[in-house]
Amino acid sequence: MFGNVTLSHFLSLGAILFALSVIGIFLNRRNLIVLLMAIELMLLAVNLNFIAFSHYLGDMDGQVFVFFILTVAAAEAAIGLAILVVLFRNRASINVQELDSLKG
Amino acid sequence: MPATLSLPLLLTIALAPLAGAIAAGFFGKAIGRRGAHTVTILGVLIAFIGSVVVLKQVALDGARFNATVYEWMVLGGLKMEVGFLVDGLTAMMMAVVTFVSLMVHIYTIGYMEEDPGYQRFFSYISLFTFSMLMLVMSNNFLQLFFGWEAVGLVSYLLIGFWFKKPTAIFANMKAFIVNRVGDFGFILGIGLLAAYAGSLDYAEVFAAFGKDGSALARTPFPGTDWLLITVACICLFIGAMGKSAQFPLHVWLPDSMEGPTPISALIHAATMVTAGIFMVARMSPLFELSDTALSFVLVIGSITALFMGFLGIIQNDIKRVVAYSTLSQLGYMTVALGASAYSVAVFHLMTHAFFKALLFLAAGSVIIGMHHDQDIRNMGGLRKYMPITWVTSLLGSLALIGTPLFSGFYSKDSIIEAVHASTLPGAGFAYFAVTAGVFVTAFYSFRMYFLVFHGEERFRHKPFPPPDAHADPAADHDPEHAHAHADAPHVPHESPWVVTAPLVLLALPSVLIGFLTLGPLLYGGFFDGAIVVDAARHPAMAELAASFHGATAMALHSLQTAPLWLAVAGVVVAWWFYLQQPSIPAAIQARFGWLYRLLDNKYYLDWFNEHVIAAGARLTGMGLWKGGDVGLIDGALVNGSARMVGAIAQFTRRLQTGHLYTYALVMLLGVFALMTWQLWPQVRRLFGL
Repeated sequence: MFGNVTLSHFLSLGAILFALSVIGIFLNRRNLIVLLMAIELMLLAVNLNFIAFSHYLGDMDGQVFVFFILTVAAAEAAIGLAILVVLFRNRASINVQELDSLKG
Repeated sequence: MPATLSLPLLLTIALAPLAGAIAAGFFGKAIGRRGAHTVTILGVLIAFIGSVVVLKQVALDGARFNATVYEWMVLGGLKMEVGFLVDGLTAMMMAVVTFVSLMVHIYTIGYMEEDPGYQRFFSYISLFTFSMLMLVMSNNFLQLFFGWEAVGLVSYLLIGFWFKKPTAIFANMKAFIVNRVGDFGFILGIGLLAAYAGSLDYAEVFAAFGKDGSALARTPFPGTDWLLITVACICLFIGAMGKSAQFPLHVWLPDSMEGPTPISALIHAATMVTAGIFMVARMSPLFELSDTALSFVLVIGSITALFMGFLGIIQNDIKRVVAYSTLSQLGYMTVALGASAYSVAVFHLMTHAFFKALLFLAAGSVIIGMHHDQDIRNMGGLRKYMPITWVTSLLGSLALIGTPLFSGFYSKDSIIEAVHASTLPGAGFAYFAVTAGVFVTAFYSFRMYFLVFHGEERFRHKPFPPPDAHADPAADHDPEHAHAHADAPHVPHESPWVVTAPLVLLALPSVLIGFLTLGPLLYGGFFDGAIVVDAARHPAMAELAASFHGATAMALHSLQTAPLWLAVAGVVVAWWFYLQQPSIPAAIQARFGWLYRLLDNKYYLDWFNEHVIAAGARLTGMGLWKGGDVGLIDGALVNGSARMVGAIAQFTRRLQTGHLYTYALVMLLGVFALMTWQLWPQVRRLFGL
């Protein structure tokens, strides 16, 4: 179906996506929305791994898991954005660098 | 054991003065001055009568008493009890203490007449009598120590009786601190004996050390050859050195003269300071076992006897002359103890109690007559104005210098003979010291006597006005009285009968008691069972007994011996120097300035104590305070640990940035580290390690 595209290609893509999202989390100092997006991207990278394994191993369980994860990710995004809205109302900012109330 | 004494009688003797002290001390305001002196004198009178009864039963019927009265507690087999031991030694001490105390009580009515602390004073001296009786009647070390400390406490309170006078406060602190040094040795000695004998009871301790040689051969310090008994005896004697003011712990006694004169007579001459002598005599079964300790006692005593006498020569304060004389006489007693002549020491203790109390009370009478001027250079010719004081002083002085047939002669000559017969190391020096001391004693006694009672009437122009009228005790308790006489020269007057009656009553035993009691006390076995002498090793007493042929014969024999002629020479020299040629002492003082300065500064011992011992102690204390307490404990340990926690926290709080991305990074690194650790074999294979 994918010609000469192997499992390794998919796993490499997943790893690259995951790495991008991690870097997105701790290099991003400006926008909290970007942070949420990076988390979504991380979940998608995992999903991609699940699907790739499911396809190449001929086991459908992985794809079922992906649906669960997508559902949870959607709910999480909804809650995350709601918190974000409240946060913005309180502090008039979604700058990550300014959110340091836990500083010791 | 023939007859025994009744316990209620002994309890009455001990407790009657205590009851008087409580009544006068706590209810002094309620019962008033008259009530206070009545109740305390009554208490002491009861004790005195009881003591005479006890003395009679002990001396004539041979009665003894040794029993526990009350058991306070038992501590791991060590019994702490209150008990009485009455034998010849105790009975004699009881009679002397209560008699002198009674005389001083009566005398105080006159001496302290105008003092606002009248009731307090009576309360203290009655309390003192109680403490001293507890000390001498004790049958165990605990009660001995209790009495020992209690008399020390009352001494402290009474030296500082005029507590508004800075010198008095200094003197009582000094007395207290110097006595602590001695008491430290004393309690170490008691502790050693209790540790090795397992008991505090005299009889049991003596038995533990008497029976076999094994206890003697032990040493408290492994690796040295110091015998236990020697160390214990020297420790006990250090206690006696503090209490009985022996060199070098004597420094407090001259300063204690800041207290009222009746106290100087009762506590610092007749009774308390002799507690050390009594204690050593009581411990004679122990001291007999250690020649080293006896030699130590002998040498310390002879140093005190001779060198303190020298200091008496240059003093100008009437009380201080008598105080140095007391020191010197205490040295004589100590020498007798060292020569194993315990009974002679106690005999001298008794005669000395009478004549020295007499001399002090006479000095007090002179001080009253001179309106609280104590400088003997301002006196002279008082015999016309104070005849009773004059005659009794003369009798006291004659007794002190050892005029034949007077009481002091018998005790002092016996001491000199005993030292002569002693074979211990140091006896040669002691013999020289006590013999030379006779001349010194006679010289300073009669120097004072001539300056006070004979010669020019210097009180009319007062060549040496008191430096500060307010330093005078009179100024404290009676300013009007002192100042009324300050401008015009006044003529001394004889003291009231309450002052002169005790003088007369003390003069009688001062003259007679030696002649009457010499035989029975020293050679008649009165102290049998109380004082133990190992005649084989210490033959002094046995030799004395062999050459004794009665009191009269002894007086006649003295005409051919050196001490009497030395005493006569002392009197004659004093007479020549201070009545005939008063320029001679001044010339000597100018010629031998360094010697005078040495004596005037009391051999610089006060200076040494203040600048070396006290300053050293303060320096050590300061070092321990600054270095040990503030520096190490407070600084390094307490504050240091807090500071360390603070420093660590100061560093770690930087890790808590509060930024999400830092936490995420750390989390990631953590995951990375955990994964690496978990998958180490695969990782190795992957990188070909």
